[in-house]
Amino acid sequence: MMRKLMMAAAMLATTALTAHADDVKEVQMLHWWTSGGEAAALNVLKQDLATEGYTWKDVPVAGGGGDAAMTALKAMVAAGNPPTASQMLGYTVLDYAEAGKMGDLTETAVAEGWDKAVPAALQKFAVYDGKWVAAPVNVHSVNWLWINKAVMDKIGGTEPKTFDDFIALLDKAKAAGVTPLALGGQNWQEATMFDSVVLSTGGPEFYKKAFNDLDEDALKSDTMKKSFDNLAKLKTYVDPNFSGRDWNLATAMVINGDALVQVMGDWAKGEFVAAKKVPGTDFLCYRFPGTDGSVIYNSDMFGMFDVPDDRKAAQIALAKATLSKSFQSAFNVVKGSVPARTDVPDTDFDACGKKGIADLKAANEGGTLFGSFAQGYGAPPAVANAYKDVVSKFVHGQITSSDQAVDELVKAIDDAK
Amino acid sequence: MALTTATHPDRPSAAGIQPSRSMRARMQDALPKLVLAPSFAITLIFVYGFILWTIYLSFTNSKAFPKYVLTDARAYQRLWRWTFESDPPSSWYTSITNMGIFGVLYIAICLGLGLLIAILLDQKIRGEGLLRPIYLYPMALSFIVTGVAWKWFLDPGLGLEQTLHQWGWTSFHFDWIKNKDFVIYTVVIAGVWQASGFVMAMFLAGLRGIDSEIVKASQIDGASTFQLYRRIIIPLLRPVFLSALIVLAHMAIKSYDLVVALTSGGPGGSAWLPSNFMYEYTFKRNEMAVGSASAVIMLATISAIIVPYLYSELREKAR
Repeated sequence: MMRKLMMAAAMLATTALTAHADDVKEVQMLHWWTSGGEAAALNVLKQDLATEGYTWKDVPVAGGGGDAAMTALKAMVAAGNPPTASQMLGYTVLDYAEAGKMGDLTETAVAEGWDKAVPAALQKFAVYDGKWVAAPVNVHSVNWLWINKAVMDKIGGTEPKTFDDFIALLDKAKAAGVTPLALGGQNWQEATMFDSVVLSTGGPEFYKKAFNDLDEDALKSDTMKKSFDNLAKLKTYVDPNFSGRDWNLATAMVINGDALVQVMGDWAKGEFVAAKKVPGTDFLCYRFPGTDGSVIYNSDMFGMFDVPDDRKAAQIALAKATLSKSFQSAFNVVKGSVPARTDVPDTDFDACGKKGIADLKAANEGGTLFGSFAQGYGAPPAVANAYKDVVSKFVHGQITSSDQAVDELVKAIDDAK
Repeated sequence: MALTTATHPDRPSAAGIQPSRSMRARMQDALPKLVLAPSFAITLIFVYGFILWTIYLSFTNSKAFPKYVLTDARAYQRLWRWTFESDPPSSWYTSITNMGIFGVLYIAICLGLGLLIAILLDQKIRGEGLLRPIYLYPMALSFIVTGVAWKWFLDPGLGLEQTLHQWGWTSFHFDWIKNKDFVIYTVVIAGVWQASGFVMAMFLAGLRGIDSEIVKASQIDGASTFQLYRRIIIPLLRPVFLSALIVLAHMAIKSYDLVVALTSGGPGGSAWLPSNFMYEYTFKRNEMAVGSASAVIMLATISAIIVPYLYSELREKAR
């Protein structure tokens, strides 16, 4: 009995040793894509890696949102035990890179031609100090209108081309007794909508100056005041019970025909698709009026950490698979976003997806691809949250006029810098 | 404590007089200290050590990660400035005024309601065994459950208002949870619902502990029921008031989950308490120094309440 035990122990020890000598054939991934559609999209990546002989291990995170995941990540990295990669957003990647925690994918990136295929605006967040530190997975854009077609037909509406058209359309819906605008009264949703309002009111140049460069003159200009006035106008078309509502419940209002339109990023399409709705026949996707030709984006990235040498092969395999054209297409068809490289064929995408891909390409070439301030792609989190505070306080009435809102915006951003 | 004294009645002088004390006796002497040492060390590091660490961080320029280079008290200066920004209200101003409203109402209503229910239950009524747990059980729920349940109940589109509209009372209007000026009062409602039963149990225990001779004597002297409670019973409950006050005060100051579950911060962040402020700034906004500074201020507030209490209690014991 004793000898058997000892032999078993010895065998265990040798296997442990040999396993250590070889490369680790495992990808450890921290992410919060757990809902049905997202999990299905990620499965594509798991299968791609499995064919190359790499196993997949999810790093468990308690709770559903990204906040819990980021706290877990902070702890893992601080303890010197980072995952192979983690789902990350915008400035978070740069924060970790600045702290010297990220790996270096430049070799792979050059070999795979990422620098040509990935839009320059995205590279700002995936490349730090000349080194590729993250692999962008997708591009979401936030300046979309999602419209229930049945309601649209009932009130005889057409695609709004300008902000005034949009107001006229909302008036029609109001007259027909439908809630015109579905909004969830949480600060990020209000600020996400305001991103589009500013782009529509001030145009691409102004948006970039104010919300990407944080130019003080632009932030306190009359155009910004007008943007706040326009936001106040939109607020009058929201149902009284909007405060605190989750975004997907607001989307559900449009899906069910209780509301005409929602201003939301293209992740809303996932909700429509999950409800078995077809673009063009059940719902319509338009660019936010007055923003056609520009794209306000945010992007999910896989941040690649500085892992021990025996885990690097798996990391490179993951990075390659993530930016392969086949995965980019398959994943984004399911997720509702568009590929993070502009050379992926759009054959498998639906009408809204095709439009999204074409818009992204045009915006990239025309220099009108801008980071979403509300989604943390315009400025670091402290500033972005200060911005969300101001917009939310304006929507809910703590800030009473657009003059005051502009003053507060300048002050809050200055304070948080 | 009692046990050691019993085994070594002559302990203070024991070591000096009996150098040949057995190993066993010495072990017995050291055992409580050995057993307590781990938990003592853990408390020392994870409570007091981290308190010191937080104080240290509040004087640095820590953003997403802790930085250890001391700067000036910029975080406190910012908090101090925000304390007076009332139009439009800064998040910190909202947090501390909410703390005042919530703290006062929560403690006062819980004490009042708890005492009232306890007195009513104490009238030797039938079915007390059934009623007592009914009032007490909300305490067994976590704040998250309480928060979500009340969120649905108070939501104008789902709960009370919607139901009454369906029953025909269409003019009924109750949207406090969606109103920036009233949302904090819904937190009070949910908090009181949860804790008043617990306060009742404390008062009930206090009432049961009152010597019935005193009550009988006062009744013979002709005191009315009101006078009996006003002049005799409630003054006798003073220690219970103090214990309940301490329990409620610290529950009020550490309330965080209730606000999140019930209001997710309220319209435009109007339901924030200082604990929400601390979490938001430390973990979501990468302003760890400001978050730490607000945590230190919360600690100072709690100390301002607890320390005088402990002091007076210890002094009374020493007498």
